Amino acid sequence: MPHEDYLNAEYGLRSWLLTTDHKRIALLWLGSVTFFFFIGGLFATMIRIHLLTPTGALVTPETYNKLFTMHGVAMVFFFLIPSIPAVLGNFLIPLMIGAKDLAFPKINLLSWYIYMIGGCFVLYSFGTGGLDTGWTFYTPLSSVYSNSAVTPAVIGIFINGFSSILTGLNFIVTIHTMRAPGMTWFRLPLFAWAHYATSLVMVLGTPVIAITLLLAGLERMFHLGFFNPALGGDPILFQHLFWFYSHPAVYIMVLPAMGVVSEIIPTFARKPIFGYSFIAGSSIAIAVIGFLVWAHHMFVTGESTYAALTFSFLSYLVAIPSAVKVFNWTSTLYKGSISWDTPMLYALGFIGLFVIGGLTGLFLACLGLDIHIHDTYFVVAHFHYIMVGGAVMGYVGGLHFWWPKITGRLYPEALSRAAAVTLFVGFNLTFFPQFILGYLGMPRRYHTYPPEFQVLNVLSTAGASILALGYLLPMMYLTWSMRYGKVAGQNPWPATGLEWKTDSPPPTENFHVTPEVTWEPYDYQNRPDLGLAAGAKPLAPAQGDD
Amino acid sequence: MQSQLPFYPEQASNFAPQVDALMLFITAICVFFAVAITAVIVIFFFKFHRKQPNAVGIAFHGDSRLEAAWIIVPLILAMAMFGWGAVVYVDYRHTPQDTLDVYVIAKQWMWKAQQPNGIKEINELHVPVGRNVRLVLASEDVIHDFFVPAFRVKMDVVPGHYNTMWFRPTKPGRYHFFCSQYCGTNHALMAGWVTVMEPSDYAAWLSGSSGGNANPAVAGEKLFAEMACITCHLADGAGRAPSLNGLYGSKVLLADGSTVTADEGYIRESILQPNAKIVARYLPLMPSFQGQLTEEQIVALIAYIKSLQSLPVPAKGAGVAPPTGKK
Repeated sequence: MPHEDYLNAEYGLRSWLLTTDHKRIALLWLGSVTFFFFIGGLFATMIRIHLLTPTGALVTPETYNKLFTMHGVAMVFFFLIPSIPAVLGNFLIPLMIGAKDLAFPKINLLSWYIYMIGGCFVLYSFGTGGLDTGWTFYTPLSSVYSNSAVTPAVIGIFINGFSSILTGLNFIVTIHTMRAPGMTWFRLPLFAWAHYATSLVMVLGTPVIAITLLLAGLERMFHLGFFNPALGGDPILFQHLFWFYSHPAVYIMVLPAMGVVSEIIPTFARKPIFGYSFIAGSSIAIAVIGFLVWAHHMFVTGESTYAALTFSFLSYLVAIPSAVKVFNWTSTLYKGSISWDTPMLYALGFIGLFVIGGLTGLFLACLGLDIHIHDTYFVVAHFHYIMVGGAVMGYVGGLHFWWPKITGRLYPEALSRAAAVTLFVGFNLTFFPQFILGYLGMPRRYHTYPPEFQVLNVLSTAGASILALGYLLPMMYLTWSMRYGKVAGQNPWPATGLEWKTDSPPPTENFHVTPEVTWEPYDYQNRPDLGLAAGAKPLAPAQGDD
Repeated sequence: MQSQLPFYPEQASNFAPQVDALMLFITAICVFFAVAITAVIVIFFFKFHRKQPNAVGIAFHGDSRLEAAWIIVPLILAMAMFGWGAVVYVDYRHTPQDTLDVYVIAKQWMWKAQQPNGIKEINELHVPVGRNVRLVLASEDVIHDFFVPAFRVKMDVVPGHYNTMWFRPTKPGRYHFFCSQYCGTNHALMAGWVTVMEPSDYAAWLSGSSGGNANPAVAGEKLFAEMACITCHLADGAGRAPSLNGLYGSKVLLADGSTVTADEGYIRESILQPNAKIVARYLPLMPSFQGQLTEEQIVALIAYIKSLQSLPVPAKGAGVAPPTGKK
């Protein structure tokens, strides 16, 4: 029976480009971040092909340097940072808290336009000479010596920063002021807590990167001496400013993914999450301590020993709240009713990869060890485990979890499980060898390398081809399912959140009647409306497989 | 120089065994946790697999003792990693006395090393085994990084000031060094070899490969005259600027009452930004030589000033603080 929902309420390009509906804006974001993911992925593919042979199989050194730079810029600033907040956060936060929309719907649309304008500048830079500074834009290479199109890229990222700030602001205000009756702070889904913490980082950190890149751009254009020592500047100052944002930015990427995982695990174990307040609190702790660890990127710049000791110590502290999350997720599985549905595979895959990514952070935070592994492939492997193994697994897992809500359709289950396993295997095969490469001493950003490193590089490239398949499969079957997938119904899993108490896809106003929350989060025991065997005793183990 | 051990580069400096021990320690703890967490997840995944479509799990909302345990235990282990790592790092950042000093100048995209006697090498570095070697690192352009995997050490080479690093080679051989801070187009080609030699071979190499390399102190003395430093920095202390006799390595009394040790970094800064630190009883008259000297010329000037270390310090007109350490 067709009913009116946010997708069929209006038709035409205008109804999309001028919409203020957070759900439609989320889909605009979905399209644009997927585009940048595709571009970044294309660059990554070329990098891996090039590194098949020690002398470089594909491109010139100039082109190689541009490939890894543009890969980083596209992925970090235009995919990872906006992905979960702007797509899933945008779509879900009002639904989860029982609101009709975000607090500032027009500003929400403005965020997307700002991102698109910033994106155009960056694409212009890619298309007119490219960018070869590394995504880190270290001065004075970026501000004086590079011959590539640095200025438009810097302007693009500067503009894009405002999109992040406005989205963060919108989320904070929405979560504070628009919760439905009964939706207290400690009934908030952990996804909302994670986004609240993320928004704090976005609002407080993004202005600093914007200013920093602006200063680098001014130095490049007008020879004002901020960072160039020949003009009286200090190149290390740039690194302090850059990492003051860019380390917390890692938490912008991974906190929302942690939020996704915190939703999926209780849903597919059908029980309340273990240690709700510890998971919620650890998000805030990560956001706060995350601001105080930046100079661990700079242990071998010649920074003072005291500074190094302080930042190493604080970096170990920030590991603790992440560990708390992992232990709580794992404990939630205990005596659960665990399904093997696709979102659960992604969530558990996330934990596995995030554990490796997080633990290898302990190696890099260790002062004595960092003098060897800093700026080697060990670092490359570490942050890909966090950003790709963590953030992207969370994002793709979240898309699978909420796809029935977003589109009203289900995707082919067997194929999607196979894709999840493919992604997990391909990812590990791509990036695990890079830890060993790093310890053996292969530096980052090398277009050519000594022959003894070839075997591990070939392994990594082989893994990347499996990984690519793991990304292409969901792109194809999710697209297919929008038209041909089985109709999902309101709550296919079933899950406990408010977003599942409205139609799939939801109506434009989200809820026909403003909901009232009378239950605790993830409380499967007291939710007869879900139609489950509430309060069921555990089944005797070893009843045989099914 | 590929190592026999599959996961380790060769151990060829005093730091290599220390860093590898640290690596093993942290790896052991992390492998334990990664395996334990993965095993628990996999066991739960199968053991608690949903048997009936409408079954729910059993609620446990949390346990504060468990939470405390998994905050405190990781914290203790993390602090152990921090402490041990700090010990190694502090050792690395604290250069011992009596080092063999080699100047290393980086520029896009090559390394120049200059031995104490003036021998210059490109993308090569010869050092004797068993001797503490200190590298004074300077960059002509962007940030580079001198990295020797077999020694387990690296240090950024930052334009605008000197960084130093030290190590004690423990095993003769030839080892790769790399630039490990991305520095532009040919970053990956900015690599070379450290040759660690027996001291007698090193001495023979030093005397055998003179090849017209002037003593840097001589070149520095010439420059000292050409750049007119000599008009103010008179040896007898009667000039408008302090005598530089005995300056290197001594304590300098500054106009603000503080003292500073006259190391390479101080001398370099005093040449390029003379007003940054004014010697007590002198006026800020000296012009900046920023942009007028190459890093190699600065190194030559420093070598010349170092060669004045053993000359008699004039009673008046030296910047050197009295040995009693008067404030």
